Amino acid sequence: MKKKSASSSLSRRQFLKGFGSGVAGSVALNKIASALPLQKTLEKAADNANRTPLKLSVNGKAYRLSVEPNRTLAEVIREDLQLTGTKVVCNHGECGACTVLLDGEAVYSCHILALDADGKSVTTIEGLLGGEELHPLQKAFVKKDGIQCGFCTPGQIMAAQALLLKNPHPAKEDVLEGMSGNLCRCGAYPKIIESVLEAAKKD
Amino acid sequence: MRYFDYIQPENIKQAGESASHGWRKALLYAGGTDLLGLIKNEVESPAALINLKAIPGLNGIEYSEREGLTIGALVKLSQLSAHEAVRERYSVLEQALKETASPQLRNMGTIGGNLCQRPRCWYFRGDFHCLRKGGDICYAVDGENKYHCVVGGGPCFIVHPSDPAVALLALDAWVTIASAKGTKRVALKDFFVLPEDDIYRENILQPGEIVTHIHVPPLSEKTVSGYIKFRERGAWDFAVVSVAATLRINGNTIIDGKAAFGGVAPKPWQEEKINQRLKGLSVKTENFELLSAEVLKEAEPLNQNAFKLPLVRNLLKRLLVQLTAS
Repeated sequence: MKKKSASSSLSRRQFLKGFGSGVAGSVALNKIASALPLQKTLEKAADNANRTPLKLSVNGKAYRLSVEPNRTLAEVIREDLQLTGTKVVCNHGECGACTVLLDGEAVYSCHILALDADGKSVTTIEGLLGGEELHPLQKAFVKKDGIQCGFCTPGQIMAAQALLLKNPHPAKEDVLEGMSGNLCRCGAYPKIIESVLEAAKKD
Repeated sequence: MRYFDYIQPENIKQAGESASHGWRKALLYAGGTDLLGLIKNEVESPAALINLKAIPGLNGIEYSEREGLTIGALVKLSQLSAHEAVRERYSVLEQALKETASPQLRNMGTIGGNLCQRPRCWYFRGDFHCLRKGGDICYAVDGENKYHCVVGGGPCFIVHPSDPAVALLALDAWVTIASAKGTKRVALKDFFVLPEDDIYRENILQPGEIVTHIHVPPLSEKTVSGYIKFRERGAWDFAVVSVAATLRINGNTIIDGKAAFGGVAPKPWQEEKINQRLKGLSVKTENFELLSAEVLKEAEPLNQNAFKLPLVRNLLKRLLVQLTAS
């Protein structure tokens, strides 16, 4: 990914984040202005005490983190590593939007604990990019219009990637089966299947 | 999710000890596909999870013609269905595994966890203080009970959600259970319990006891087996009902056989009478029809689920016809 120059513009995400905490902060301040610092300090101390070290390789880069046991892999990927391509939709291991590869196999990152991935290798949608060059699967989704609103797409593409790693030339039935753990509420299924078959053709 | 500690035992003994402390609730944690859902829905609020995944010796699959199949409890569903012996010899198990959940969940969920999963009843999973959660009413009795049990129910009317358990029951499987006291073997048919025996559990496991292995006896050359799962979606759904069967056939006669049923009872279900009648039965569609009509004779459907009876009977007939066709 291209690095933005620090001085130029605030990213959309940083802007939204700042805006959100500003609103919440001003409401909270009126009520508990005096209690806040102590509470924050206590919370922070408790947080640190409960953290466990975690070694993770994400998209080929090694990380040493320290996380609370009750945090999911998706939360750590999105919040700590700021890799927000992975989407959390149902947060119940049912819809597939959070699909990532864990040691090469598709898993729902919202439904495993970050600590479960200790010592393992994770690939997210960001890991498919080669610099600014789209991955063949991403190109196929663009070409075949495998996207409507696009929110499920990162998960769809990661599920497809896992499928093609195992079976580079799948029949349509294999694609239907391999993609069955990913929901698309726009109902773009026929185009998604076409996109995966298109990408498989190129290999 | 609420905070919990993550305990990392090095062996089964340590894991069992961590789980059997009475002073705080520590739950066994393998694939987590079921348990994390329960924690997110606040059906369970454990103080600690005991991660079993790093314990050595529980994730292998062994096969020999004499001993049959020995499966470590931590073997992932996708790993098991891809195993050569399972694909070549235990069709019923392969089919049940492949129809379970979604590709992602099969990469995450373990076979031991699958057998020990909690029911999917929406009152149990939802915000209802039902019988199974220590309340004093089963909301399914007068509520939405289309997917609840038709036999073996009362005072709670869950169905057991596992597909592989139904296949394993038809294969006469047994499990090894380890605890601080040692190990014991239990036939799968004696592993599950009905609500009338214990309303709070679906199996015999006591705190501190852990399923370590699943064993499937070898099958003779002439055995055929299969699994039919009926679900409302084309993919990624729990069984409304399911049927598993293993048949040993000689010429035009079934020497012996076993049928098992999912989605009908609070545990994977089989009927001794049906298995007895399979013995020596000639391969004929009329015979299968007569036999299927005898299935679930003791059923007492709730007001929305009587449809399960003809469904199960027809699926058994279909499966028997399919398995004896060649």
